[in-house]
Amino acid sequence: MLDLIIEKSILILSVFSVTLLIATYLTYTERKVAAFLQDRIGPDRAGPFGIFQPLADAGKMFFKEDFIPAASAKWLFIMGPGIAMFTACMTGAVIPWGTSLNIMGREVSLQIADVNIGILYIMGMVSIGVYGIMIGGWASNNKYSLMGAIRASSQMISYELAMGLSIISIVMMTGSLSLKDIAAGQSGQLFGIPLTTGLDWNVFVQPVGFIIFLVCAFAETNRAPFDLPECESELIGGYHTEYSSMKLGFFLFAEYINMFISSAVISTLYFGGYNFPGIHLLPHNLQAIAGIAALFGKIFFFIFVFMWVRWTLPRFRYDQLMHLGWKILIPLSILNMLVTAGWMTFRNLL
Amino acid sequence: MTELFFYIFSFISILTALLVVFSKNPIHSVLYLIVTFFTIAGQYILMNAQFLAIVHLIVYAGAVMVLFLFVLMLLNLNENAEPKKDLILKIVSIISSGLLFLTLTAALKDAETSQPSIATNENLGLVKNLGNVLFKEYVVPFELSSILFLSSMVGAVMLGKKEQTTNN
Amino acid sequence: MNTTSSYFPIVMQTLVAGGFVGLVLTLTHLLGPSRKNKTKDANFECGVESDGDARVRFSIKYFMTAILFVLFDVEVIFFYPYAVNFKELGGEGFLAVLMFVSFFLIGFFYVLKKGALEWDK
Repeated sequence: MLDLIIEKSILILSVFSVTLLIATYLTYTERKVAAFLQDRIGPDRAGPFGIFQPLADAGKMFFKEDFIPAASAKWLFIMGPGIAMFTACMTGAVIPWGTSLNIMGREVSLQIADVNIGILYIMGMVSIGVYGIMIGGWASNNKYSLMGAIRASSQMISYELAMGLSIISIVMMTGSLSLKDIAAGQSGQLFGIPLTTGLDWNVFVQPVGFIIFLVCAFAETNRAPFDLPECESELIGGYHTEYSSMKLGFFLFAEYINMFISSAVISTLYFGGYNFPGIHLLPHNLQAIAGIAALFGKIFFFIFVFMWVRWTLPRFRYDQLMHLGWKILIPLSILNMLVTAGWMTFRNLL
Repeated sequence: MTELFFYIFSFISILTALLVVFSKNPIHSVLYLIVTFFTIAGQYILMNAQFLAIVHLIVYAGAVMVLFLFVLMLLNLNENAEPKKDLILKIVSIISSGLLFLTLTAALKDAETSQPSIATNENLGLVKNLGNVLFKEYVVPFELSSILFLSSMVGAVMLGKKEQTTNN
Repeated sequence: MNTTSSYFPIVMQTLVAGGFVGLVLTLTHLLGPSRKNKTKDANFECGVESDGDARVRFSIKYFMTAILFVLFDVEVIFFYPYAVNFKELGGEGFLAVLMFVSFFLIGFFYVLKKGALEWDK
């Protein structure tokens, strides 16, 4: 029991610090990517290429005034960003970061908690994450914040449905809700073609599901083109108009952590997770390390896609957003589910 | 170990359930209710009913409570907007809730304590078994539930749209 | 992975995440300066004086969305036990789900036809 606790503590703390480090550096990356796409240079003063910029930003946020409006509900105002950050930090617990490491004869799994209902755990945490924004925006007692909060929660719950429906086809193919099984199920050969071991990724069989999931991930993380809750031209800062110091920082960091975790989930569900062609040829421990590297490569690619889209596409109008979520994505994902189920049943009956 | 967690979860769920009733601010009540749901989900997990636990979280804590919060935000929650309750109303409510409490205790007094049923298969609560039972033995109630959903959908739309037809 | 003990790391993660959030919120409260005055503590309304507060009513459409979300969410949850047992249930299970989905779709199209999700009207 004790060695299990030690093992898990090390894993949790390292995943936690890596997540925070990546979230911090994503703020820098976002500015650099924006600069690249707009033919600018971006932050370049703090350290070589400006790589110390996130540290300066974080330090500044701590020493800013912690403003609480007089008319706000004080405790709820403090709790809002806390809930947002807390749920964002909790999501990473079920993601399989790699296979397992053999350290001195002991198999150490690179997944914090291999639970039977992994993918639903993520859905649950996402649905709890709504409260952070909702409570924060309402407690500010500011009209812009209220509008932002209501928009955000309405948007997030709408896209949760299509997201839940699009995952079902993956679950049908794997027969398990555990993310570990889903990742392990993609290690085979693609359509039985030789030399493609480790390339049996779900995206090749479920391209429609992947697109639906990707769109929903954008909407769930409140990223452009779905960033209506915080669209500055109408709502000043949206739900975080009244926030300052690290409380504002929590809302922003939560968004970046969610982006990181959604990229990890997309990679695990549709892009083979830690699998890559040729992984089975490596020795056991090297396999795990190369797997982590492969997963992070995929994650960084999707994070780049998130940023690329943000700085390319204009924002939706709210009625367009709801139209897309309810009238296009939900029927499409039901259709995708039925086609998958029907085809697989038909094939099994033959 | 399981017993320790059982007591922790039970303590928190009873405490927060009481706070739901006693807190003045309805938004706080909703938040306490969410915590209560979390601890109940914890109890489900202690019984190895994992799917039920996560469904409890997604549906109750993640969906129903969002609706509750929406409704509470719609009602004007100003201090001065709170309706004044006069003395007679208070007395009537105390008497009626006291009677309800009396009835419940009287009903529970004669109730027999059943033997705790011990699950023969400890994997009984997993999604795999649940799906098998749901789609084989209980497939008719399952289909009937979809009619229930349909009727509630119709009801919701009727109530929601009513206002608009009178306005236009 | 099928037992209760596999959730123990999640409890540990809860403690770590909760501790971190609490610590940072306390730190940022203590570290920053605090200068209060009546004008500054008022809610931001683009520089003009705040008019009333934000305890206002908003459109019924948001409530419709929330109510329909609760209903559809429960239905979506029902598909998961089917999806996990998909291979064993075979043709019969597929027909059962097809019937469930058709009721789902009837409700869905009813909602659409009634215009409960029309945002631009």
